[in-house]
Amino acid sequence: MFRRLTPIIKKEFLQIRRDKRVLAILTLFPALLMLLNGYALNSDVQHVRMAVCDQEKSHESREFTDAFVTSGYFDYVAMPGSTSEAAAMLNNGDVKLALVIPPDFSHKLISGEQAEIQVLVDGMDANYATTIVGYVQAISLEYSRNIILKNLAKFGRGNYIPVDYEARIWYNPELKSAKFLVPGLIGFVLAITAVIATSLSIVKEKERNTIEQIDVSPISPVELIVGKMIPYVLISLVAAALVLTAGYFLFDVAIRGSLILLFFTTLLFIVAALSIGLYVSAVAETQMVAFQLAALLATLPTMMFSGFMFPIRSMPWWLQIISNMTPAKFYLVILRGIILKGVGLASWWPQVVYLAIFTSVMLFLSVRRFKKTLD
Amino acid sequence: MNIQRIVALLKKEFTQLSRDKKLLPIILLAPVVQLALMGYAVSVEIKDIGIAVCDQDKSAESRALIEKLVTSGYFTVDYATDDYNDVRSFLDGNKVTMVIVIPHRFGDRIVGREQAKVQVLVDGSEGSTTAIAIGYLNQILLEYSSGILAEVVGTQHPLGGIDAEVRAWYNPDLKARNYMVPGVLVMILLAGTMNLTSMAIVREKEIGTLEQLMVTPITPTELMIGKIVPFTAISAANATVVLLVMVFGFGIPIRGSVPLLIGLSGLFLLTSLGLGLFLSTISRTQQQAMMVGQFFILQPMMYLSGYVFPVDNMPKILQAISWAIPMRHFLYIVRSLMLKGDGLQNLWLQALLLLLMGAGVLTGSILRFHKKLD
Repeated sequence: MFRRLTPIIKKEFLQIRRDKRVLAILTLFPALLMLLNGYALNSDVQHVRMAVCDQEKSHESREFTDAFVTSGYFDYVAMPGSTSEAAAMLNNGDVKLALVIPPDFSHKLISGEQAEIQVLVDGMDANYATTIVGYVQAISLEYSRNIILKNLAKFGRGNYIPVDYEARIWYNPELKSAKFLVPGLIGFVLAITAVIATSLSIVKEKERNTIEQIDVSPISPVELIVGKMIPYVLISLVAAALVLTAGYFLFDVAIRGSLILLFFTTLLFIVAALSIGLYVSAVAETQMVAFQLAALLATLPTMMFSGFMFPIRSMPWWLQIISNMTPAKFYLVILRGIILKGVGLASWWPQVVYLAIFTSVMLFLSVRRFKKTLD
Repeated sequence: MNIQRIVALLKKEFTQLSRDKKLLPIILLAPVVQLALMGYAVSVEIKDIGIAVCDQDKSAESRALIEKLVTSGYFTVDYATDDYNDVRSFLDGNKVTMVIVIPHRFGDRIVGREQAKVQVLVDGSEGSTTAIAIGYLNQILLEYSSGILAEVVGTQHPLGGIDAEVRAWYNPDLKARNYMVPGVLVMILLAGTMNLTSMAIVREKEIGTLEQLMVTPITPTELMIGKIVPFTAISAANATVVLLVMVFGFGIPIRGSVPLLIGLSGLFLLTSLGLGLFLSTISRTQQQAMMVGQFFILQPMMYLSGYVFPVDNMPKILQAISWAIPMRHFLYIVRSLMLKGDGLQNLWLQALLLLLMGAGVLTGSILRFHKKLD
C-alpha cells in the first residue's frame, strides 16, 4: 500500500508546488487573518462619543459626568441645552450616547430618593449599544454605591457595605482580547483552509475527469484519499505554527502547556476538518458546488459556533445542538486549555474523544460515498 | 454585440445550471442558512452564564444569596460543592465561567452587621463574557446589600442611588437581529455574484471549453454578458427571498423606500460583478479564483466593513482603510434605510462613493477581460 501511496503524495505535492499562488494563499492567509482579527476584531468599546445634557449644573451632576469621562470609555464631545437638542445630535450620528441629567438630580440624591437620569443610545447596532449600556450601568452603580455610603455616614455607619466581593481573574488577568482571539483564530483558519483546500483538490480531478485515470490504475479509493490528505495536513500544520509564532511575537501569547500535546491535538483537529472536506468532495461534482458546500459546512459554522466570537450558551437551544457539528468548538476548548490555562489531558479528554468519534464517522461516511461514486 | 448570440449563450448557461442538480439548490440554501445564523446566533447579549458555587457556610443567608444569583436570570448554577479543592477543576476543565466561594461565618457576619465578603474566581480566557459576568455579580451583590441596609437604617430613611432609564433609538429592544440580518442581504449579493461569476468563467478556461467559445463568432463582451446575467438573476432572486424573510419572518421593518433600496443595490452590483470579472482575469483555476476571492477579498471586506464588528471600534488606520471598501458603504445604506428610514438626502455620499467605486472597478475589469481574451 505504501508503495502506491508515495506516488500520489508526490503528485499532489508537485501539483501544489506548480500552483505557487494556491500555496502562497494557504500559507499567507492565516497571517493576514491574524492581523485583521488582532486589530479589527476588538470587542472593547472605546471613544464612544457622548453628549451630556446637564439640566442642573450642580456639584453632583458634574461629579457624575466626570465619572464617565475618567472611565476612559467615553469622549465627552457635546453639551446640548435641551433633550430635543440631544436627540438631534443622536439623529445626525454626531454622538452615540446622550445623558440627560434632570434639574432635581442632586436634591433627590441628598434626600435619599432615587434620582432618575435618562440615557439615550443609538440602538442600530444592538451589540455595540448593549456594551455601551453595560458601561453606563456599571458607572451608575459605582456612583450609587458612593451615594449610599455617604448617606449611611449620617447614621454613623460610614463604610458598611454588607456583602462585598473580591474577584480574581484566572489565566488572563488583564483580560487582553488577543489572549482569547489567538486560540480561536487557529481553529478558524485551520478549519477553513483544510476544508476548502482538500475538497477543491479532489473535485478538480472529478471535473477534469482525471479521476477516471486514477480509477483504472491499481490505486484504491482509500489510498487516493490518504494520498490527497497528507500534503494538506502538512501545509495546515505549517499554517498553525505560523499563527502561533505570530501570536507570540505580535500579541504576546505564550503557550503555557505542553507543546507535544498541542501538536497531537492539532493533528487530530486537522484530520477532523479534512474529513469534512472529504465528505464535501464526495458529494460535489463541480468545484462550484464544492465551494458553496464548504462555505455552508465549514466557514460559516466555524465562525459562528466555535465559541470564538459569540458565546454559545447564550444562543437558543436548537442552535446549541447544531453547534456540535463544528469540530472547532471542541478544539477551541483544548486550545484554550493548553495555551492559556496550561492544563493537561485530564481537563479536556472528553473533547478529544468527541473529535475522534466525529472524525471516524465523517471518514467512514465519505469513504463509503466515494466507493459508490468511483465503482 | 448581437442579441441572438447573447440569447443563445444565456440558453447554454441556464441549461448548464439546470443540469447541475446540486448547484442551484445549494445556492438557494445559502441565504436560508445565513439568515438563521445571523438571526439567532450573532448576539453578544450574555445570559445563562455557567457558575459553580462553593458554599462553605450553608446558612440561610448564603442560600438566599445563591437564590438571588439564580433568579437574576444571568447565571445558572451548574455545580455545587463545599470543598474548596474542587474549585480548580471546574475552571481548568472549562466546566464553568465563574466560581463563587462563600466562606464560613458568612451568615453570622451578615446577622452581626459586619461586612461579609465572597470570593469570586473567573475564567479570563473567555473574553468579554468574563467582564460582563463580574458586572452582573456586582449589580446583584449591591442589590442584596441594599436590602440589608434598608433593614439596618429603616425604610423611612432611603439611601438614594441612581436609576438609569435607557432608551435605545431605532431598535428599542436592542435586538442584534435587526442590525445583523440586513447584512445578510449585502453578503448574498456580494458572494453570489463575485464568487460564482468568476468561477463560472474560469471553469471554461480550466476544462478547455473557453478556446472553443473563442473560435465561434462570440465576442468577449457577449461572453461576459452571458456569464454575468444568470448569476445576477439568481442573486436578485436570493436577495428577494432574504428581504421577504426579513420583513415577514423576523418582523424587521423597511422604514425607507424600497425602490431606493433596489436602485442602490444595483449600484453595489457594479462593484461585485466588477470584482468577479477581475478575479476571472487573474486566475487560471477555479481553486485560485475561489481562494483569492474568499481569503483576500471577501474575508477582509467582512472584517473591515462593520458586517459583524463595528468600524468605530477599530484603530484609526483601519477606519481610514475601511472608507475604500464598498461593502462598508452599502452596509451603511441598507441598515440606515431599513432601520432609520433614511432617504437619498442622508445617503447621497455613500451612494456616490458606491457609484464611483463600482464604475471604476467594473471598467477596469472589463478592459482587462478584453485584453486577456484577445
